[in-house]
Amino acid sequence: MTVRIQTEDFDVGVEVATMRRDNPAIGAIATFTGVVRDVNEGDSVSEMSLEHYPGMTEKSIEEIVGQARARWRVIDARVVHRVGVLKPTDQIVLVVVASAHRGDAFAACEFIMDYLKTRAPFWKKERTPEGSRWVDARATDDLAAERWRLKG
Amino acid sequence: MVTLLYFARLREALGTANEEIALPESVIDVATLREALLSRGGAWAQELAASRPVRIAVNQAMAAAETPVTDGDEIAFFPPVTGG
Repeated sequence: MTVRIQTEDFDVGVEVATMRRDNPAIGAIATFTGVVRDVNEGDSVSEMSLEHYPGMTEKSIEEIVGQARARWRVIDARVVHRVGVLKPTDQIVLVVVASAHRGDAFAACEFIMDYLKTRAPFWKKERTPEGSRWVDARATDDLAAERWRLKG
Repeated sequence: MVTLLYFARLREALGTANEEIALPESVIDVATLREALLSRGGAWAQELAASRPVRIAVNQAMAAAETPVTDGDEIAFFPPVTGG
């Protein structure tokens, strides 16, 4: 398992290739890439900055990946999250999950992302024409994480 | 002494990212610590009011109101997270 918090960009192809090379038991790799959009809550966004809680961030993501491993057959997992100043079209977050078969990889990847959204200590501040503002947490993100409680 | 950390909107509103304080005798858990800080008034009373959605972590793990607080702990206050 790898968890990295970094300001620099990442290369999805390189991350996937590195994981694949390491283990011939891998039959499926699911990836999720989060990207900065140019609009939020109806306002145009020219830039955003991401702040986090060093130490707790890594711990909380490792715990989330651990929970995914307890629920699905995961061979390897990797989470890369960027912090600092990002602009529309920039990549923010990458989740890569490798399993023997696609079902486990898809489910674990989505679970990790849903839990990261509501539990990992990151905060976004966006710049709009009206000035800078902290992004509010979304109820839909809580619901997305909550539904995993119901599923087996 | 305990270390208090503030992030995001709270850090800006309170004008500080971290501080070391001696634990008042009244503080035994997260709820009583929040009350002690709230009694500072001003931005503290406003930002830490019970109606505000403040999340609190003790030693880098999410805490509840009744989570104990003891000397040497690192306690962080922050708004609901918005990463990903």
